[in-house]
Amino acid sequence: MQAVPEETFRGALAGPAPRRPLTLAGGRGNLADRVYGYALLAMGMVIPVLLAFLLFRVGASALPAVREFGWGFLTSSEWNPVEGEFGALPFIFGTLASSLLAVLIAVPLAVGLAIFLTELAPRWVAAPVAFGTELLAAIPSVVYGLWGIFVLVPWLRSAVQEPLANALGDSIPLFRGPAYGVSILSAGVILAIMIVPFISAVSREVLAAVPRVQREGALALGATRWEMTWQVVLPYATPGIIGATILGLGRALGETMAVTMVIGNRPEIATSLFAPGYTMASVLANEFSEASTDLYLAALMEVALILFGITVVVNTFARLLVWRVARREGR
Amino acid sequence: MLRRPRREEPGFSSTGPAFRRPGRRTRGARVTRKWTPRYRTVTARLYVSASFNHNSLMGDILTMKRFRTGTLALALASGLAACGGGEGGSGEGATPGGMAKGAAAPGGTVALTGAGATFPYPIYSKWFDSYGRANPVRVTYGSIGSGGGIRQVTEGTVDFGASDAPMNDEELAKAPGMLHIPTVLGAVTVAYNLPGVQQPIRLSGDVLSDVFLGRITKWNDPRIAGLNPGAALPARDILVVYRTDGSGTTYVFTDYLSAVSPAWKQQVGVGKSVKWPTGLGAKGNEGVAGQVKQTEGAVGYVELAYARQTGLQTASVQNRAGQFVQPSVAATTAAAEGLAARLGAGSDFRVSIVNPAGAAAYPIASWTYLLVPPQIGDCAKARALVDVVRWGMGAQGDAQASELHYAPLPADVERLVLARLSTVTCGPDRQPVAAAAG
Repeated sequence: MQAVPEETFRGALAGPAPRRPLTLAGGRGNLADRVYGYALLAMGMVIPVLLAFLLFRVGASALPAVREFGWGFLTSSEWNPVEGEFGALPFIFGTLASSLLAVLIAVPLAVGLAIFLTELAPRWVAAPVAFGTELLAAIPSVVYGLWGIFVLVPWLRSAVQEPLANALGDSIPLFRGPAYGVSILSAGVILAIMIVPFISAVSREVLAAVPRVQREGALALGATRWEMTWQVVLPYATPGIIGATILGLGRALGETMAVTMVIGNRPEIATSLFAPGYTMASVLANEFSEASTDLYLAALMEVALILFGITVVVNTFARLLVWRVARREGR
Repeated sequence: MLRRPRREEPGFSSTGPAFRRPGRRTRGARVTRKWTPRYRTVTARLYVSASFNHNSLMGDILTMKRFRTGTLALALASGLAACGGGEGGSGEGATPGGMAKGAAAPGGTVALTGAGATFPYPIYSKWFDSYGRANPVRVTYGSIGSGGGIRQVTEGTVDFGASDAPMNDEELAKAPGMLHIPTVLGAVTVAYNLPGVQQPIRLSGDVLSDVFLGRITKWNDPRIAGLNPGAALPARDILVVYRTDGSGTTYVFTDYLSAVSPAWKQQVGVGKSVKWPTGLGAKGNEGVAGQVKQTEGAVGYVELAYARQTGLQTASVQNRAGQFVQPSVAATTAAAEGLAARLGAGSDFRVSIVNPAGAAAYPIASWTYLLVPPQIGDCAKARALVDVVRWGMGAQGDAQASELHYAPLPADVERLVLARLSTVTCGPDRQPVAAAAG
């Protein structure tokens, strides 16, 4: 990594003011500068403080459940509010399964779309298509959920689940079982639709940022357009695309409303894609407002804490992945 | 493999014409040429390098020099969606609290706030609105769920709470003397989807509980067929649909099943959320109704109003007298007939009324409560609250309830409830509200 040359390069180019550390306590600088510095410091601190407070509050509220169930909370599949027995495993499973499925569906679609828009599409096609894709991100998730219930789920049931279950259900457990419509599959599909705009918009930026010389070089060496895209442009853009994917995955993990409406909300771990599941965000949305006992509330808080933890782990992992890929590529 | 060209390489000469005159990258140039090579190249390089030097992807996007407006719009839009598509007032913050704390607003209007159950929200908002038009009382009610209602009234952040299920002893210990004031009755219907069957099917309590326990799995099970001679019941699987969000509807339904089936009581129990032995969960009455409507062979439970609005078929449920009764407003009111005698004058109304004795009674019925603190500091508020409830139990309030498919309480029960409500005291010297009203 070459932070210093990059900085000078950038400075030579655009000519921004040299970056000088603001002295807060020192005597240098006039009053306006100091006020400015403190004001910015305060703004910069708001988010970390908020995060710490959030973590503290959720953690403190979850404490009774942590004490009561210990590590068993992570491995138990029992969720019985009447008996006061709680385990989060089905929710963890449902969250991960639906989000991974969504990413599996969304990434090829979004990256394909991004390649089409940057490499192939004429401008009069690219602009409206890009605008339309980005518009998808503006639709509130409850609208996706309603559309999911009334359009997507019945269609998936009759056009996808039933034929697949009849044809392959006996041999592949993934496609087994009665087709209710609401399922992990439905949740994955609706999440995929919701995260495509994020992944494709960022991928588009990344692809557009691949230097012209790279493309020209490949073409000059006799590469076809396909070879240029596949062997030159995509490898160059890989870290960025991974970043885009993680952005999408992060949204999928936390998405609540639309998933709740189509996943079937059954705290069970099933091997079939057609079986209902349950996610952490959904159980929080569903049960928090009516949770009456302290232990019940604490268990829900612990679910929130785990969701928080999983997103942190996913993001850290993604960060490492981007870093490794970037290093392997020699940048 | 390929690596990014170094700065010294020809493609990155920073003395290229594009850098000296970036203004040349005009609209016209953009249209005729897909790329303006050097300029692009360098911004690209800045972006990519930023990606690896900093640590956040969003940060990178925001620091990009050439930042497409589309992406900005996307970021903004998703931010908006995140704000607007919220999860429907599940937290305590959803109550319009605060403003009502200042009791009597200028002009003599009394402001009351309440929060709680979602089930009676339509009728409460209708009552409060109608009453507020004729009287200087403004009532704000937040339908945040019974659990939230109990918490808020216990903490005193609202003037009254509302709940479908009575407070349990543990909750009551934190709010001693909290009055349970039944307002209206609601029925929970068993809705199903069997296109070939015209007549409403008949179900007894134990058959219903075995369906929901997963012990009866086919519609043509002999036990269902036995209750429905002559009905062309299909050999379809039964798909059970339940409410997945904690709700008073679920409480009433499981309360009923526990009352009629020892197996249910032992295996599942009563609650706003329970561990369902079979089936799948849908969110809200509308979710259950939608799922049942879409799936042949499905059976679920929804409030009467939802069943009527969505045109779902509803089962006739056998009551304690052995009659099969279709859910209706009248049959629900009938469920509370004779309660006055059973309860007696001193009752705190924390009793379950499912599976009552009357021959005309629909058995899966319950009432919903307002939770009123026994002592209210501000006499104007206390008076207003008592008056609103009294009005709701009057002729006009009853008519509005029936219109919305809620069943009014029988007249003798209303008298008992109002007597109970008048034990509320107010002011520092704890005078009875009735006296303060005089």
